[in-house]
Amino acid sequence: MDREFIARGLQRSSPGRFLLWILPWAALLAFGLYCAGLCLAKGLNQTNMDNRFAFGLWIFLDLTVIALGAGAFLTGFLLYILKLDELRAVINSAVVIGVVCYSGAVSALMVDVGQPLRSWFTFWYPNVHSMLTEVTFCISCYLTVLLIEYLPIVLRNRKLRDVPSFLVFEHKLHNLVYVLAGVGTFLSFFHQGSLGGLYGVLRGRPFAFREGFAVWPSTFFLFILSAAAVGPSFILLTTKLVETLSRKRLVRPTVYSLLARVSGLLLAVYVLAKAVDTLVWINRTSPGHGFLASQYYSWKPFGTWILFAEIVVFGMLPALVMLTPRLRAHNGWLVGAAAMACGGVALNRFVMTVQTLALPTLSFDSFVSYYPSWQEVGTFLAVVAYGVLLYSFSFRYFNLFPEERELRLEAAVHEEESALAGRY
Amino acid sequence: MTPRKRYGMSIDIDKCNGCGACMMACAVENNVPPVPEAANDRKGITWIRVYRVDNHRAYPERRTAYVPVLCQQCGHDTPCVHVCPQQAVDVDPETGIVGQMPERCLGCRYCMVACPYHARYFNWWDPAWPAGMEKTLNPNVAPRMRGVVEKCNFCHGRWHAAQQKAAAAGKREIDAADYVPACVEACPTGALRFGDLDDPSTEVAHDAARPESFRLLEKIGTEPKIHYRSQRDWVRDIANAPHPDGKDQHRG
Ligand code: SF4
Ligand code: SF4
Repeated sequence: MDREFIARGLQRSSPGRFLLWILPWAALLAFGLYCAGLCLAKGLNQTNMDNRFAFGLWIFLDLTVIALGAGAFLTGFLLYILKLDELRAVINSAVVIGVVCYSGAVSALMVDVGQPLRSWFTFWYPNVHSMLTEVTFCISCYLTVLLIEYLPIVLRNRKLRDVPSFLVFEHKLHNLVYVLAGVGTFLSFFHQGSLGGLYGVLRGRPFAFREGFAVWPSTFFLFILSAAAVGPSFILLTTKLVETLSRKRLVRPTVYSLLARVSGLLLAVYVLAKAVDTLVWINRTSPGHGFLASQYYSWKPFGTWILFAEIVVFGMLPALVMLTPRLRAHNGWLVGAAAMACGGVALNRFVMTVQTLALPTLSFDSFVSYYPSWQEVGTFLAVVAYGVLLYSFSFRYFNLFPEERELRLEAAVHEEESALAGRY
Repeated sequence: MTPRKRYGMSIDIDKCNGCGACMMACAVENNVPPVPEAANDRKGITWIRVYRVDNHRAYPERRTAYVPVLCQQCGHDTPCVHVCPQQAVDVDPETGIVGQMPERCLGCRYCMVACPYHARYFNWWDPAWPAGMEKTLNPNVAPRMRGVVEKCNFCHGRWHAAQQKAAAAGKREIDAADYVPACVEACPTGALRFGDLDDPSTEVAHDAARPESFRLLEKIGTEPKIHYRSQRDWVRDIANAPHPDGKDQHRG
């Protein structure tokens, strides 16, 4: 029965092994849902946030996850608009990663607000000046786009294809890909940007506040760039991980090389822009608000090392590795650089969310710290487990890597040839 | 629209002795539930908070002062109004008072992150009053529920009561004596004064114009309407950004 749902020509583990793989994740999901349930039923007193640390682990991780999910829109844009056809090999996987990241982040946000049932108010009484309104609108629209993009992947399932109307519908949806890629890119630009804008507009938090262009602070553009830069790295990492876990070749090395080049190039541009932005902020924006930038870094543990790590260690270095053909041809360097790029974006989101709130604004206020509660950690683990499960099911039953079958055949032919060569 | 009035407050730090009567009066007036002993930022809500500050000198030169901090009623680019996604915070054009609508609040807490003065409080818990104490609740102020943000609104209930009184008497303007926030009324040393900053005849407008008057974090451009004052240089210095050597200062 299970076999009938798996695409022809693809090899997947036995149902028993698959069950063994998903069981621990399902258990984690159940635990996480219990934690989220506690927060919803008993309130946010289940978290360790307080009036000074009003945003905590969830916002930091949501911002990170959404940046990592940017690979979905960028791959779509590069493939359908810029016609980089090699990326067809990863587009389906990128869409699933996008769905996982965005739906996971939105679910965590629903737990993070004090009155989730009032979420629709933002659509009813929108404050057009608020970056959060922009975030809410763009993320909801983009998640819808992603789900529409995910649907054809599901409908192309071997068994579902037997239903003629599904096939017709899938074909119709497929014709929309160019429009969806365009709309997705547009929406992604705005929500990635407005997530950066969330903090950049905070004149009351001079550590985060940035000047900018029109209504958008510079963080708006930096967030777009950094998300676009790490999106391909994250696709590269996940594909490598799936290859390792499933012990299969899923894409050709040229695809990795292309992903790394795109990631490296965008990361280099980002690092440059971030460096200029930091200099303007240190020399003009922050002192203009009466805050010497040096004082932000005198509150331990957030010394200047964090700035160095963000720009040089997790920015410049991985960009250089990914842009150097000899280095990126080496698996260890390639994976290491992609992981560092992703780590860099996580660090940046950490700085924007956690460091911003930890620093005092009033002279008689103190530096504050916060550790997430187990309920907060558990809720986030639910998002991780949900992501792994959705991806695992998608990998098993849908054709996420269109080149997989071909690569398998090639490998089989190659094996046969070597066997023959050995015989004669 | 320019506000018809621009209500603000002046606080004489040299007079404040840190007794906390303002905090108590505020809580009673605005139905802020009592908090357990040693309440912290998670357990307690207080619309006005008295911080203790010192001059970072060792004894015998050590000096202490008390600074009541409430919503500063930012008058320009009001950070909390600007960021709220669903217009749950607004500025009343008639009074310039920054108001909070808990019924519309999503509890996203973005406004708390935006407020430079940490003057906003989230209801992490269900509000609860010890048995019998609910009879003391102020009928003019709706208690807030779990999951929403609240803050000082210059005793909005009193503003309404003053308006009603004026309307009943057939007057269009309220009598200034009818609208005084609870903290101002309760302060035993008279450190707090309240009134229309745009009316030069008011004490508060006069206080705001004094050379020893200052506002917190003036450089960030929020134009707060709470004017502090002190004759002491080191106290006036608290208006500025934090200084690394100020790490050991205490929070009230
Ligand atoms: S002090 Fe804070 S709560 Fe009050 S108006 Fe300013 S930003 Fe809003
Ligand atoms: S917590 Fe409430 S008042 Fe504050 S920004 Fe969110 S919706 Fe607006």
